[in-house]
Amino acid sequence: MSDAPALQVQGLTKRYRPDAPPAVEALDFAMPRGATWGLLGGNGAGKTTTIGMLLGLLVPTAGRIVALGHDMATDRFAALARMNFSSPYVALPHRLSVAENLRVYCHLYGVPRAERRIAELADQLHLADLLDRPAGELSAGQKTRVALAKALVNTPELLLLDEPTASLDPDTGDWVRSWLERYRAETGCAILLASHNMAEVERLCDQVLMLKSGRVVDRGSPAELLARYGRDDLEEVFLDIARNRRASGPSPALASPSPALRGRVGVGASAASDDAP
Amino acid sequence: MSALVLRRVWGLMYRHLALYRRSWPRLLELVYWPVLQMTVWGFVTAYLAGVQNDVASVAAGVLLGGVLLWEVAIRSQMGFAISFLEEIWSRNLGHVFVSPLRPQELVAGLVGISAIRMLVGVIPAVLLAFALYNFGLWRMGPVVVLFFAALMMMGWAVALGVTSLILRHGAGAEPLAWSVLFGLTPFAAVFYPVSVLPDWLEPIALLIPAAHVFEGMRAALLEARIAWGHLAAAFALNLVWLGGMGWLFLRQFEGARVRGALLNIGE
Repeated sequence: MSDAPALQVQGLTKRYRPDAPPAVEALDFAMPRGATWGLLGGNGAGKTTTIGMLLGLLVPTAGRIVALGHDMATDRFAALARMNFSSPYVALPHRLSVAENLRVYCHLYGVPRAERRIAELADQLHLADLLDRPAGELSAGQKTRVALAKALVNTPELLLLDEPTASLDPDTGDWVRSWLERYRAETGCAILLASHNMAEVERLCDQVLMLKSGRVVDRGSPAELLARYGRDDLEEVFLDIARNRRASGPSPALASPSPALRGRVGVGASAASDDAP
Repeated sequence: MSALVLRRVWGLMYRHLALYRRSWPRLLELVYWPVLQMTVWGFVTAYLAGVQNDVASVAAGVLLGGVLLWEVAIRSQMGFAISFLEEIWSRNLGHVFVSPLRPQELVAGLVGISAIRMLVGVIPAVLLAFALYNFGLWRMGPVVVLFFAALMMMGWAVALGVTSLILRHGAGAEPLAWSVLFGLTPFAAVFYPVSVLPDWLEPIALLIPAAHVFEGMRAALLEARIAWGHLAAAFALNLVWLGGMGWLFLRQFEGARVRGALLNIGE
């Protein structure tokens, strides 16, 4: 089980209604342990739906997810105990203090020696002065650090981050990115992050999945994508894909697609729409 | 039940206990309504006592006993459903549902916090009834514990149904968390025997566990006997109600996972 990829996704498809176009279609990838991958795409590309399925919040219409060796269809709670998640759009109870919030999640994740773990996280994320303050009274940057602490209470082997630096000032955003880099290096935790911040993705990610209309339309390392599209930064690549401008070189993902993808994906493909309710 | 399961259930309960510790209006709300109800009905009883002594001796126990025991069911139902709503209002459900907490453990945690909320709300009313009107709920004897248990179970069953509707219909179903049990009051024979109801309504009333509890309460207060038949019926019906509503809850939970409702519930 320890050799299994952090995430293995095969033919992942989600339709919210039988007559609706798929919000996510035929997603295939295998993310190794210790890697940091980015999930990029415009609004409605299927990122939230994909993360929802990876976390077990959504049941796929088709396909399979194996997280840390556990099939999410049959054994999701075993996987969830070893994963965690952070998003600025999912709050922690505002009236509870930071310490109480972290204590709740230590209990939910069965973290041994919870108080010691909270102290460790407080030290690492500079939260010691905030532990007794209600979570709702914190600044955006402080809330992000608390959300990260919550996401790390169980020392996850797989971390899913939805826009981890959204609404943060450049200094705090840079601090979070540096911290994530260091955390991954120290723990070997695999990180999948969805972000609209192209510089962040370029800096943090080994691989990028470009989503459009629910499909992977390109993939590769940031350097490969830049070379393929002849661009200087990922934002330009993002715009090329969003505006259906083709890459100058072939995409490895398109040159040798997996069986589930074969014949179905291509740059500029845009048959589907994300109609998440 | 493993230690990890208990710890997850406690984690959810701790989250709500911490909330109450930091929010005195919530604590006040727990106590306010049961005490108000008991006070109003206590004065009604006192008024009846002034009008006709025979009526008063009967009404004192039956009315106050009915008020206090019905609060057990109402507070249990509301305690469960409102605690679930607290998770929605704080936009915390996303974190809860991606933790290893199973749906059954979520239910167990809500049941635990509901029991605590009910006791915090009802015990002051019970003590006040004794202090103001010399009515002790313990007058019914030890069987009152079974009455409490049966009414709590019924409250949880109704709350599971309400929570299922919230999972299915979102915020639109929230008002049911406050109102649904009040709608059952006329048929639950809280203040009068089932025999008072029209003939066609009696079989329907007898499908409500509380109707059997209140028949048992009247037997205990007026005849000083334990109506074992009614008690057995109340618990048997509760098992059926809990089973049915538990099934409905799990079905709606899975349905919400299919529809994507857990991603944006409450919005």
